[in-house]
Amino acid sequence: MLNATVAELSSALAARRISSVELAQLFLDRIERLNGVLNAFITVDAEHTLKEARRADASRARQDAGPLTGIPIAHKDIYCTRGLRTTCGSRMLANFVSPYDARVIERLAEAGMVTLGKTNMDEFAMGSSNETSYFGPVRNAWSAACVPGGSSGGSAVAVSARMAPAATGTDTGGSIRQPAALTGICGLKPTYGLVSRYGMIAFASSLDQGGPMARTAQDLALLLNAMAGFDNRDSTSVERAPEDYSRMLELDLAGLRIGVPAEFFGEGLDAAVRKQVEGAMRWYGEQGARMVPVRLPNAGLALPVYYVLAPAEASSNLARYDGVRYGHRAQDCADLLDMYVRTRTEGFGEEVKRRILVGTYVLSHGYYDAYYLQAQKLRRLIARDFAAAYHDCDLIMGPTAPTTAFALGAKMDDPVQMYLNDIYTIPAPLAGLPALSIPCGFDAKGLPVGLQLTGNYFSEALLLGMAHRYQQASDWHLRVPAETPL
Amino acid sequence: MNWEIVVGLETHAQLRTRSKIFSGASTAFGAAPNAQACAVDVALPGVLPVLNVAAVELAIRFGLAVGATINRSSVFARKNYFYPDLPKGYQISQYERPIVQGGAVPVALPEGEKRVALTRAHLEEDAGKSLHEDFHGMSGIDLNRAGTPLLEIVSEPDLRGAKEAVAYARALHALVVWIGVCDGNMQEGSFRCDANVSVRRVGETAYGTRCEIKNLNSFRFMERAIEYEARRQIGVLEDGGRIDQETRLYDPERDETRSMRSKEEAHDYRYFPDPDLLPLMLGAADIERIRAAMPELPAERRKRIGEAFALPAPTAAILTSSRQMADYFEAAIAGADPETVRQTANWIAGSTSAKLNERGIGIEDCPVDPAQLRGLIGRLTDGTLSAKLAREVDDAMWAGEGSADEIIAKRGLKQISDAGALEKAVDEVLAANPRQVEDYRAGKQKAFNSLVGQVMKATRGKANPTQVNAILRRKLG
Repeated sequence: MLNATVAELSSALAARRISSVELAQLFLDRIERLNGVLNAFITVDAEHTLKEARRADASRARQDAGPLTGIPIAHKDIYCTRGLRTTCGSRMLANFVSPYDARVIERLAEAGMVTLGKTNMDEFAMGSSNETSYFGPVRNAWSAACVPGGSSGGSAVAVSARMAPAATGTDTGGSIRQPAALTGICGLKPTYGLVSRYGMIAFASSLDQGGPMARTAQDLALLLNAMAGFDNRDSTSVERAPEDYSRMLELDLAGLRIGVPAEFFGEGLDAAVRKQVEGAMRWYGEQGARMVPVRLPNAGLALPVYYVLAPAEASSNLARYDGVRYGHRAQDCADLLDMYVRTRTEGFGEEVKRRILVGTYVLSHGYYDAYYLQAQKLRRLIARDFAAAYHDCDLIMGPTAPTTAFALGAKMDDPVQMYLNDIYTIPAPLAGLPALSIPCGFDAKGLPVGLQLTGNYFSEALLLGMAHRYQQASDWHLRVPAETPL
Repeated sequence: MNWEIVVGLETHAQLRTRSKIFSGASTAFGAAPNAQACAVDVALPGVLPVLNVAAVELAIRFGLAVGATINRSSVFARKNYFYPDLPKGYQISQYERPIVQGGAVPVALPEGEKRVALTRAHLEEDAGKSLHEDFHGMSGIDLNRAGTPLLEIVSEPDLRGAKEAVAYARALHALVVWIGVCDGNMQEGSFRCDANVSVRRVGETAYGTRCEIKNLNSFRFMERAIEYEARRQIGVLEDGGRIDQETRLYDPERDETRSMRSKEEAHDYRYFPDPDLLPLMLGAADIERIRAAMPELPAERRKRIGEAFALPAPTAAILTSSRQMADYFEAAIAGADPETVRQTANWIAGSTSAKLNERGIGIEDCPVDPAQLRGLIGRLTDGTLSAKLAREVDDAMWAGEGSADEIIAKRGLKQISDAGALEKAVDEVLAANPRQVEDYRAGKQKAFNSLVGQVMKATRGKANPTQVNAILRRKLG
């Protein structure tokens, strides 16, 4: 059961081969066993979990169960949950308990899913290795010496190590896809506006988007069905008819045009990663899909654009953590300024402070035009590149990350090297486009490689269909990490 | 040396919506601290703003009332600064593209009407309130006001002097209340002004360096603060000094302005478009719908009433000082003849206004309704009541004793216009006061007045004074 997919668990529960309580207990036991080493979870409350599981079993008993009823899920600790503390990986919120549930949490609870706990993450989702968490780094189940990627590293490892069949994540510049790639699982960042941001702690509001992380594309589709939907409490939420994201799983690949941007295969791409990605692309070609060279001439600017816009928004979004109303507050303050300075100095870690400083700088009088405004213009050009490319192709394919998982501490002293990890994942959120990552092989060290599929707006069903077809013909996604045997 | 005082006002008018501009919490005044602060107002992690359409409609209504351009697309921006009563660490406001641009407010000045040009009016949220007493060296924060919708109305530096600034502020106040966008309650902070003041030598075209004065929470303080500030600036300049751009705070207790922060200390607000809110897009149909529901504006109504009834300008101004006042007047005179209209207008502008002022209430709370006033004026014009008796009846109506006719009957106040009865009263007075008769005949006019007074007294004020005069003159030959 621990190795089953969401779809398989759904059948098992429906057939009463297992109860939701039994299932929850299985995963709770595994978390108990592995979390000491992997540190994927910040908060686990077995009683809370079992209560939800009992409720799911009761629903099923009265014939009131959907496909996800009773299936356990881990939530990134960026989603506000009533009754379970929400830390966002920060000392600032180390003891914060939200009085309300995020819309995503509500939706998944309405679908009957059972919360296993809150997963570790880079502080305020700022990081690509899960090393910036106040609660310590998360370790990769494929090699405990390696990082799992970030910022949704806890969710990625929870799924990869079979501590949870599925998890929620959030993606701002690659925070779902990059850790999915580095841990050998699947992760989808939906079109901006598809999943409500209400109750998802903001990092960079114009980029943040919640999405599912699981072991198969089919599971992602099932989860997205429950997560997506209009929310009138989020003004950037898109109002459109509900759709079944599983509807294209049996997609015919013949004739599909796959865009291959040279910009995603340039300098800095690890040879092993390139080999695996090209192998996957060859498979698609064999199925009748056509490879079309496309150009994303401004993709190279995505990283600097992102590192202006995201910190700018973050500097403002994180201003509310001032020690006045909730969260950490410095003790014995001399005056108001002293309280602000010490609260924020103590409450935030280095990377968060770095981004607040950068963001404050680029919004400052005299620098706004040169940085923020310029970055906004380039952002539009990047979106226009994609729009032009989609005239010639149905989706774009390439590597998710330039390398496989790297060693803990390897890039902590060099922020730019760290930021380069997201070079392929950043363009999609800048354009608001959906993108997903699925496993497509391993490097010589046995570390997983991710394949990224980026689609046009609202093309999630197509992307999931593409991914599912590949997974029907491959077994990368079925492999169990060496360090966490079943 | 002659100086010209140049003033521009920034006015925050609280919009009359039931709920806040970006949350569903109530905007009602006076609740227990933080009882009306929801998750969004407290800025809990993860919450998001959702724009209240009612606030947008009120802003449009204001823009139409001042003949401004309503921008079909406007943008909400974040104004970033730290303060304990600013929960998000930024205020959502409008910066580069406000909803209302341009327009003018007509202001009635002694020398005639002046149209004061507006720069813009934009939507924003209010902050909370810091409470510094009762917390033993700590401060309390009340977020009930946080998120209350405000329209910030910015005038051009078109005002010349304190009196003109106050006249504009009063006209703007009357307008926003008239069109129903603001309740105008200054004690509750629903209408607040900051003044930008500079001075220059008469004849100069360039503006002087300005100072912004905050905390002008009454018209009286505004006038005194601007006067003080202008005197201060003139003093500095005449001593060969220089005015530094700064923000100053008015202290009503000491009647002076004090420096709050210099230009160097000014915040860098780091404005940028709020990514949580999409640009506000307005359709022509939305604007036209609001235009169609606009009431007649004060200036139009003042002109119409003044011309239709040939009223002097000051009377017309009083009668249109508020929409309720104008409604009251028009209800009281519906279908009346010109003499009745004239008497009614004078009565409302005089007696009624004085009583309202004394009690500090508005016409909407006047205990005498238009029909009652109409009854009173009717008895005045048909000669039943003298002016003096009418005032007595009016007092009784204010005290809730009923209609004019009821009071007249109950108190027996009917004016005596019967010639026979008056002749008899005059005869009795003349007989009882031979001394005054003597004096009058000796040429003392004062004695005549005394005799009139005696007749009025004898009739308990009910005698028709015109008739008494005539009879006395005839009898005294």
